[in-house]
Amino acid sequence: MTAPAVEAHGLVKRFGETTALDGFDLEVPTGTVLGLLGPNGAGKTTAVHILTTLSRADEGTARVAGFDVATEGARIRSRIGLTGQFAAIDEHLTGRENLVMVAQLSGLPRDVARGRADDLLDRFGLSDAGGRAARGYSGGMRRRLDLAASLVTSPEVVFLDEPTTGLDPSSRFALWEVIREVVALGTSVLLTTQYLEEADELADDILVMNHGRGIAQGTAAELKDRVGGETIVVELSDPTALDRASDALRDIAGGELHTDPRNGRLSFPAKGDRARLAATVRALDDADLDLVDLGLRRPSLDDVFLELTGERAVADEAADDVAQPTGGRR
Amino acid sequence: MSAATPTVTGHDVAEIARTYRGSFLRDSIVVARRNLRRIARQPQIAVFVLIQPIMFVLLFRYIFGGAITIPGIPYVDFLMPGIIVQTLVFGAATTAIGVAEDLKSGIVDRFRALPMNRSAAMAGRVVSDQVLNLMSLVVMVVVGLLVGWRPTGTPAELALAFGVVVVFALSFSWIMAAIGLALKEPEAVQSAGFIWLFPLTFISNVFVPPSTMPPILQNFAENINPVSLVSNSARVLTTGAYLCGEDLCTDVSANVLGSLGWSIGIMVVFVPVTAWLWGRLGD
Repeated sequence: MTAPAVEAHGLVKRFGETTALDGFDLEVPTGTVLGLLGPNGAGKTTAVHILTTLSRADEGTARVAGFDVATEGARIRSRIGLTGQFAAIDEHLTGRENLVMVAQLSGLPRDVARGRADDLLDRFGLSDAGGRAARGYSGGMRRRLDLAASLVTSPEVVFLDEPTTGLDPSSRFALWEVIREVVALGTSVLLTTQYLEEADELADDILVMNHGRGIAQGTAAELKDRVGGETIVVELSDPTALDRASDALRDIAGGELHTDPRNGRLSFPAKGDRARLAATVRALDDADLDLVDLGLRRPSLDDVFLELTGERAVADEAADDVAQPTGGRR
Repeated sequence: MSAATPTVTGHDVAEIARTYRGSFLRDSIVVARRNLRRIARQPQIAVFVLIQPIMFVLLFRYIFGGAITIPGIPYVDFLMPGIIVQTLVFGAATTAIGVAEDLKSGIVDRFRALPMNRSAAMAGRVVSDQVLNLMSLVVMVVVGLLVGWRPTGTPAELALAFGVVVVFALSFSWIMAAIGLALKEPEAVQSAGFIWLFPLTFISNVFVPPSTMPPILQNFAENINPVSLVSNSARVLTTGAYLCGEDLCTDVSANVLGSLGWSIGIMVVFVPVTAWLWGRLGD
């Protein structure tokens, strides 16, 4: 049994009056992806900073790649890669110069550093842009360059701190592809995200975090089961027919029918009974009601978060505020 | 996709990184080269660094200078060594601003998560900023010659004069690096880096003889302020004399050794302070 890639026990971190981490535990088994999911201010970035030796815990212990973050920071730094929420690249250097610099500061001799930089530019689709200053890059290109920089030494453990925050959907999907390739190499990954969908897509296991501590852990499916099973959702083409539809479905749904007049939608628990779906179709057909949509909906991680915390997770990008580098104001 | 343990021309990059413990010299050079590239690609920085000192030279040479009499020395010969010191001391503030910008951009987090030497980022910054200072020095000398400065020192004396000034500026860059790391915000650093330099360089013998100042300021300017000491070092090495009270003095070694002593003393304090602040950035 190999040691976990990352393990933390009882981490506490305070900034003045604020307690950013409040007895935080975590384990990333080697070769797996752990998604750390939580809203802004949950303590995700603080946890990453402690595990990457950028910051020190006030209490608790943590080991990364088998080494103690408090006493063996140098050994950890030579085995990890970090991609932060903001692309930590030098705007005035070219993509290639950025990667060569990081490679040299990781100990690679200049020739090896150059060769490695070219390999990574090629792999991340940046070969053509490699000779241009990074300030001319798009948001997606910057993130790819930043991710490439964190992979220069082929690290054992990679920390991705909200790697797609602020990206448009197509850039996000492109970055997911790149991250999947990294994961396929067997690299252990700690991924923080506010996006429920992102954790679902990329992580083997999800740790939900709020107010500085983990509040639930499991696979996406396990977490969804905690909220309850599937829901049958009916959307009428004529919202004013809602009352008629309610009457038609009352017997099938029992007392658990929810209606939403704004969009002509009805929903009720499926109770794991597929026959209920067929009965619903028949009942609506008999009542001569036209539908826009009818289906079984799995609960989203958004529902999970609401269930666990009583708070809505941040769902829209407009609500993002990007965290500061360690040097920035808190 | 490369293999799980990528190699470049037969070198296992992961293995090289795992065994790297950082090299102060090597890593500092890598960082310094990065900073020099940044300077070269933002020529407007160099322009602003150079315009202000040229204005100071013209102002004091032609506006105030006519009203200032230095016994035994033409004012321009008194002024130029001092104003070169002032220029390089102000130039050190670019270090604080550069550090704050690096913190803001996140590149410092990148550096701090790498196995590089933990003092190299600041050392590289401080050293590369001296290149800007050397550019200022060359421009100041040229401008000085154009406005009538006529140094009489031997080449060796002139080299020593400039060496003393540059080492002093280097030590101030370390103070500025500490200010940048301590205050972090570029806006705060912008004012805090410069504000104390005005009293420091004006309550000195850079522009006028301190003998006309109120006693407290005069005492500070003549006996305490290292800017005066360094200016006198530069004066005695370029012109052969400096003003001590109402008289002209010619002592070289006391001024030069005093200046170097200050520079070394500042670095003995601020190099470790900077390293300490660097280590605590995330807390």
